[in-house]
Amino acid sequence: MIEARELTKDYGEKRAVDCLSFTVEPGIVTGFLGPNGSGKSTTMRLILGLDAPTRGDVTVNGKHYRDHPAPLHEVGALLEARSVHTGRSAVNHLLALAQTHGIPRRRVGELIDLVGLHEVARKRAGQFSLGMGQRLGIATALLGDPQTVMLDEPVNGLDPEGIHWIRNLLKGLAAEGRTVFVSSHLMSEMALTADHLIVIGRGRLIADTSVDDFVALASQKVVLVRSPEVARLRHLLAGPDVTFEAGERGALEVHGLTAEQVGDVAAESGIAIHELTPQQASLEEAFMNMTRDEVEFGHLEQPVEVAV
Amino acid sequence: MSAVTPIPRLPHLETRRQVSQLRVLRSEWTKFRSVRSTAWSLLLGVLLTIAFPILFAAVTSARWGHMSPQEQASRSPLDIALAGVNVAQLAIAVLGVLVITAEYSTGMIRASFTAVPERLPVLWAKIADYAVVSFVLMVPAVLIGFFASQAILARHDLLQISISQPGVARSLVGGAVYVTLVGIFALGIGAIVRSTAGGISTFAGIFFVIPPLMNILPTSWNEAAGKYLPSEAGRQLFALQHAAHTLTPTAGGLLLLGYCVAVVALAAVLLVRRDV
Repeated sequence: MIEARELTKDYGEKRAVDCLSFTVEPGIVTGFLGPNGSGKSTTMRLILGLDAPTRGDVTVNGKHYRDHPAPLHEVGALLEARSVHTGRSAVNHLLALAQTHGIPRRRVGELIDLVGLHEVARKRAGQFSLGMGQRLGIATALLGDPQTVMLDEPVNGLDPEGIHWIRNLLKGLAAEGRTVFVSSHLMSEMALTADHLIVIGRGRLIADTSVDDFVALASQKVVLVRSPEVARLRHLLAGPDVTFEAGERGALEVHGLTAEQVGDVAAESGIAIHELTPQQASLEEAFMNMTRDEVEFGHLEQPVEVAV
Repeated sequence: MSAVTPIPRLPHLETRRQVSQLRVLRSEWTKFRSVRSTAWSLLLGVLLTIAFPILFAAVTSARWGHMSPQEQASRSPLDIALAGVNVAQLAIAVLGVLVITAEYSTGMIRASFTAVPERLPVLWAKIADYAVVSFVLMVPAVLIGFFASQAILARHDLLQISISQPGVARSLVGGAVYVTLVGIFALGIGAIVRSTAGGISTFAGIFFVIPPLMNILPTSWNEAAGKYLPSEAGRQLFALQHAAHTLTPTAGGLLLLGYCVAVVALAAVLLVRRDV
């Protein structure tokens, strides 16, 4: 469980996190979503006590991170910036961190095996590829068998197999009742992994919602209708909040009404309907709609990357 | 990249212990021994400490016949035996800076302070591990330098001095103490500056740039103030002769220790207060 209350962080004149309040619940995967530079990494550093908040407060499992006598058993974190000495092997890196908590040496081997680094475990971390470095970071996060797992952009640099692996891992961890908090700037990634979303832009909370509600909230009501009497239907549907667009092959796109509303009107007037399809906005569209005003630099096409 | 298990499952950990200073000490020891720069710097420090006395003893023996009586009288066997200390201190100081700044440059510090959010145990452990190792290596290095240079000089029956003579044993151990304190000073500087280049140049400025600049001052000023410089105060630990305007070995050693305490205290305050 992570609880942030009015969390605020200024770096000089620049406000990186702005009065952010949210709760990350155990047992589900919570996605932490926002464009690049929106304050996700700063928030995570504040949670870990690496940076001190300008105002506000954040606790993990009921205490400030710093007040936990065995923090690696409470929270396992992967930060976006690499946090490994490049001259040290993966084994020694993990061993040094394990020793601070008296975690036995065999645990290091278990984690190396779990993340699939056994072949390079004794190589210097500076020679690792981005993906291997990411796996080492994930091993570091899981070293203490923590109640709360917090990963900043974990899929960065992973190959498709690795991405698939991390998704399953996160879902498994949540199913065991752990708190799983994962940041990403890729909506499509969150759609496949997360149950709940915390969306921020320019350091401010934009949405704190389930993935399903998020789409409904952000997407407009759009219904595609196909009917032999399309002109009469259009006349009957007209209203102040309703607009129309011509769809493909004579179809009509109705904006501002649900499929139910359109179907009822047609039935009352005895109009035959050949197709009635609610047009779901994709998560990526929903995300872009929501953060349109909150993107740090220039136009939206630039900062929001869309995964394929 | 090797194949990974299809359904990853995190194995459970039965033992759950807390962070303690002793555990952090062990952790820092693992860090210390597991990077190459440690071994190279220490090896270099030890080799310089041994090689310079041998070199100077050989040169002095070979050139003795060509020296004027005054020059011969100005040669001191202990200066020769401890010639390496002045050079070795640079290698040891660079290592002292690196012990902490390499964590900042690589980002390791974030992992370290996530594991030990109180932070200070990390600093204490680094100083302890590092000081013990450099002292334990420097004592035999200094002794080897002493006996080797004496053996070379003995073949020409020159500049013989016994370790049992007053001040000799103190100077030899003092050389090792000096290098160790210099290393701690450098580590503190590194923790304050947080960058390798900045740490090394700050250290070099204090120990190698300011002292010669003092010679530009009027002699009376230099003699009044120069003895309080960390390098000059610390040098008294391994100097056999003491002039009227220099500190005693005890006072000089304590002053250098005081500088170390001040630098480390500042480092500790900043370490706790600054964002990582």
